[in-house]
Amino acid sequence: MSVANRPVHRPLSPHLQVYRPQLTSTLSILHRATGIALSVGVLYLAVWVMCASAGPETYAKFQGFNSSIVGRFVLGGWLFCLFYHLFNGIRHLFWDAGYGFELKDAYRSGWLVVVASLVVTAIAWIVGLRLI
Amino acid sequence: MNSDLRSPLNRARGLGSAKDGLHHWWAQRLTALALIPLVIWFAISLVMMSGADYGMVRAWIGSPVAMVLLILTIVIGLHHGHLGLQVVIEDYVHNDGVKLALIVAVRFVAVLFGLAAVVAIMRIGFGG
Repeated sequence: MSVANRPVHRPLSPHLQVYRPQLTSTLSILHRATGIALSVGVLYLAVWVMCASAGPETYAKFQGFNSSIVGRFVLGGWLFCLFYHLFNGIRHLFWDAGYGFELKDAYRSGWLVVVASLVVTAIAWIVGLRLI
Repeated sequence: MNSDLRSPLNRARGLGSAKDGLHHWWAQRLTALALIPLVIWFAISLVMMSGADYGMVRAWIGSPVAMVLLILTIVIGLHHGHLGLQVVIEDYVHNDGVKLALIVAVRFVAVLFGLAAVVAIMRIGFGG
């Protein structure tokens, strides 16, 4: 057996516990967390169109949950996840293209993402609640 | 005799920690790019439809533009989501069997919900 074929037990990422919380790492973790939430969210979206196709009674039950207090918070929280993941995802795509790696830029874009997602979520909530 | 004469770089190339090289990374970026306009369109539509009743929602889902964009949003969203979940599973689940089972399960669920959603949208659009 060659050296190359021997199994290597390198430490596996990520080692969250050795990091002091900072904006960049917090946003990175939040990107994953919102991504997981949105994966569930897209299943919920699929259930939504299935209920709409099933008939008025099924849809009424589905809407019943959505318009409950819990449902409103879930949908509102989901919107925040969506906007945060969208804006931070665009930030990631810029990194992938090779831009914005300087620490100063990473912090600036990080705060921009935080403010933008909070503001846009608030606008969406206000407009949405006014239309109900 | 050493059966593997490749250099470490050659072995690594195309076989990252995800064992499938560049394809996964590229697919994740491509779906992300596609989702930017789709998600903006969907979020605006969703907010504008707050308070819409059953008939209005069905009329919207069944309109040609919404049908196409909604199918794209759900299918590409599921694809992007399953790629992301796979990375999360690979990072945190270290038991190979459990890891594989979870990755397969996530993929199956994504395909099942994706197909069911497409059928539902088409039923609404084509009046089934």
